[in-house]
Amino acid sequence: MPQYNITINGKSRQVDVAEDTPLLWVLRDHLQMCGTKFGCGIGQCGACTVHLNGSAVRSCSTPIASVKGRAVTTIEGLSEKGDHPLQVAWDEVDVPQCGYCQAGQIMTAAAFLKRTPKPTQEQVENAMNANICRCGAYHRIREAVLEASKNMKP
Amino acid sequence: MSKTNANTRRTFLRNISLASGGLMLGFKWNSAHAEMPAIFNAADPVIAPSFNSYLTIATDGTVNIFSPNPELGQNIMTSFAQIVAEELDADWTKVRVTQAPLDTKAFDRQLTGGSGAIPHSWMRLRKAGASARWLLLHAAAQQWGVAPEECTADNGFIIHKPSNKKLGYGELATAASTIEMPKEVPLKDRKDFKLIGKPIRNIKNKDIITGKPIYGLDFYREGMVIAMVQRPPAFGTKIKSINDAAVKASPGILDVVKFQENVAIVGKTTWEIMKAKKLLEVEYEKAGNIESTADHDALFTSMLDGEKVTVQRKDGDVETAFKNAAKIIKSEYQSPFLPHSPLEPMNFFAHVHADGVELVGPTQTPQAARQAVAKLLNIPQEKITVDITRLGGGFGRRLKFDYVVEAAELSSIIKKPVKVIWSREDDMMGGSYRPAVRYRFEAALDASGNMIGYKLRGAGINAGNSTRHDNFPSGALNNLLIESVDHQSPITTGAWRAPTTNFLAFAEQTFLDEVAEAAGKDAVQFRLELLEKARKAPVGKISYDIERFDNVIRTVAEKSGWGKKKGVSQGFSVYFSHASYVGQVCDMVVKDGKPNIQKIYAVSDCGQVINSSGALQQVKGAIVDGYGHAMFGKLSFVDGKPEQNNFNNYRLIRMKEIPEIDASFVDNGKDPTGLGEPALPPTGGAVANAIYKATGKRLKKQPFIEEPLFADA
Repeated sequence: MPQYNITINGKSRQVDVAEDTPLLWVLRDHLQMCGTKFGCGIGQCGACTVHLNGSAVRSCSTPIASVKGRAVTTIEGLSEKGDHPLQVAWDEVDVPQCGYCQAGQIMTAAAFLKRTPKPTQEQVENAMNANICRCGAYHRIREAVLEASKNMKP
Repeated sequence: MSKTNANTRRTFLRNISLASGGLMLGFKWNSAHAEMPAIFNAADPVIAPSFNSYLTIATDGTVNIFSPNPELGQNIMTSFAQIVAEELDADWTKVRVTQAPLDTKAFDRQLTGGSGAIPHSWMRLRKAGASARWLLLHAAAQQWGVAPEECTADNGFIIHKPSNKKLGYGELATAASTIEMPKEVPLKDRKDFKLIGKPIRNIKNKDIITGKPIYGLDFYREGMVIAMVQRPPAFGTKIKSINDAAVKASPGILDVVKFQENVAIVGKTTWEIMKAKKLLEVEYEKAGNIESTADHDALFTSMLDGEKVTVQRKDGDVETAFKNAAKIIKSEYQSPFLPHSPLEPMNFFAHVHADGVELVGPTQTPQAARQAVAKLLNIPQEKITVDITRLGGGFGRRLKFDYVVEAAELSSIIKKPVKVIWSREDDMMGGSYRPAVRYRFEAALDASGNMIGYKLRGAGINAGNSTRHDNFPSGALNNLLIESVDHQSPITTGAWRAPTTNFLAFAEQTFLDEVAEAAGKDAVQFRLELLEKARKAPVGKISYDIERFDNVIRTVAEKSGWGKKKGVSQGFSVYFSHASYVGQVCDMVVKDGKPNIQKIYAVSDCGQVINSSGALQQVKGAIVDGYGHAMFGKLSFVDGKPEQNNFNNYRLIRMKEIPEIDASFVDNGKDPTGLGEPALPPTGGAVANAIYKATGKRLKKQPFIEEPLFADA
């Protein structure tokens, strides 16, 4: 099996996996990094969202071969102490219910706020429409993204 | 990754013991009444079967509460802790909550479902907290040589104001364990509550937002294998032949195992198994009825027209009432099957070994799961442990334990620790759905518009009794007949959040709107008049409290500006819902020729609100859930096979589609009832009634999105 050197959360990691192995399963099965969630496997729900060079991608549909040379950021590496403005806002607004989708929601929002630091509510809704929250915590997800945008460093 | 040891009662007690002393109270979760707790030796607790839940205060002041109920987002861990901490006057920043493993001797209601955890636990938890506070206060008084009446408790400290003395709970905990427990302790007056009713953040937020491995799917054990299972793709079929040669030759595959009607592919990694599964060739043959949604449509008609019905309730003489009617209104409502779709797919870890069975994973019903495993494998229940992980949603799906038993059976065959993982497709096609039903309502009005007769006949597919025969409007009508008829189908069904009422409430509240209109009455006034009838001259058994029902109707009408708004069409709905009362009003406008939802007002009476942040989440989430599924949810069948299998063809509501919600609570100080389900049932009716007002179109079938009204121009 081919060997891949990938940079995850700033650290270099090596895995031996088939080239079509999705990044999601490399993270979960091979690196025991389970913060990135499996929800649908077809890029519909967004629970598996991670960053590739700062852009949000669906790790369930991202083969490891395509990751080569690009930096991966997962929920575990979004901030050192769990204090990214989005994580702070998520706690303050008290967003989670079951919580399963929230890592993916936060990663989608983080990439979005980087591109759009001062979004309107409509822009937030457009960006976050890609992620499913089965508990229906959408009002607070929206509120937390807007709240975090006030505290993002330019 | 989490590594959990076999959690027997003994190891559980060892794990919660406090090496350096402190205070440990055991209390009885399974007693009929909330009894006083007892003091345990914190450093070396002994097994005491009748005491089964624990509250500990360590010498550093940390308070730990062991929550027996599975957590799936109803925020029970936080609410339980809040109740104890309130009576204890604890420093909230030092309160911890631990999920307790399954212990049937310990917890008699270790189940998440039916919105029942809070009502059951309310007094028990209060007494536990108040007792610990009493002991700490008396320990301090003894130490200072002052009268206990001069001491007060506040935020983790006992204070003696006259002498300005102050000691932390941690400093007092060991001494408190030597004080004799009184026979009764006073509980706080609700006006003194500092934590109960306040917006306390979810105690597990930090774990969730930093991606900690707290869910079943995250569980890992050294030496375990992974398995995925091919189940019959169509209900009513069984395996005829299997060709697994290509699967076995795939990289990373350890074994292919047939058991029951399943073919398990066992391997080292999830992706290798997913890939290999595509190479599996299984031929299926007929084993029962092969049913399609089109068949069910015809079947409902014959069931409703037939006479093989069960009478659920009969008051007065409906025959005569309908014969004498000046006007008869007749209407039918139909719902599709729905999958539960919790975002974490089904999974469970099982290890059948020489000494017993270890089970770890997300379940709403650990007790029943263990019973079923014990029966199947013929292993005594005492030798089976169940550790409960956090659940990535449940909605009723994890009240079924098929996926637990399956994992245990597979482990017993392959003699290895195994984690069985379901894909989304497996979950959506794998059975256990909200049953499809059709309701037929009939109402008889006299010449002055009074409802003199009421009939409901419910026909369901594996729905059991699809009515709630003692709920409103039963009790308010002299002549009433409620019947049900059920069809046994190979398509398996199960409890779906707010079982039965999740659709029945929509049908009933829409029908009452139709009747009110035919009677020439306002929707709110019509319901109040029915309640007035039940108050003055009740008929038969009434399951609801008339005054609380009446109050939510009036309150939500007032809050929503019912009947006073210009340019907005409003729909009303109210339901006595899983022991709570919820009234809703939906504001609707027509935009570009289509109904456009503006807002939903919701007033809930669940008695004392424990956590106002969590309560708002439950209500808003339930409304989004109720609206989303009424609008989009549909699982249909062709030849026994579901036509939808993932979120690309099964539509769940997303952020851009949510209505604004104005949710509030009745503050009446009554003992709390649950909130996991209550706000969901009324939503579909409020929305449909508002759509009718806005467009003149009566929606009688879900999902609404299939109505021509919503078709793209």
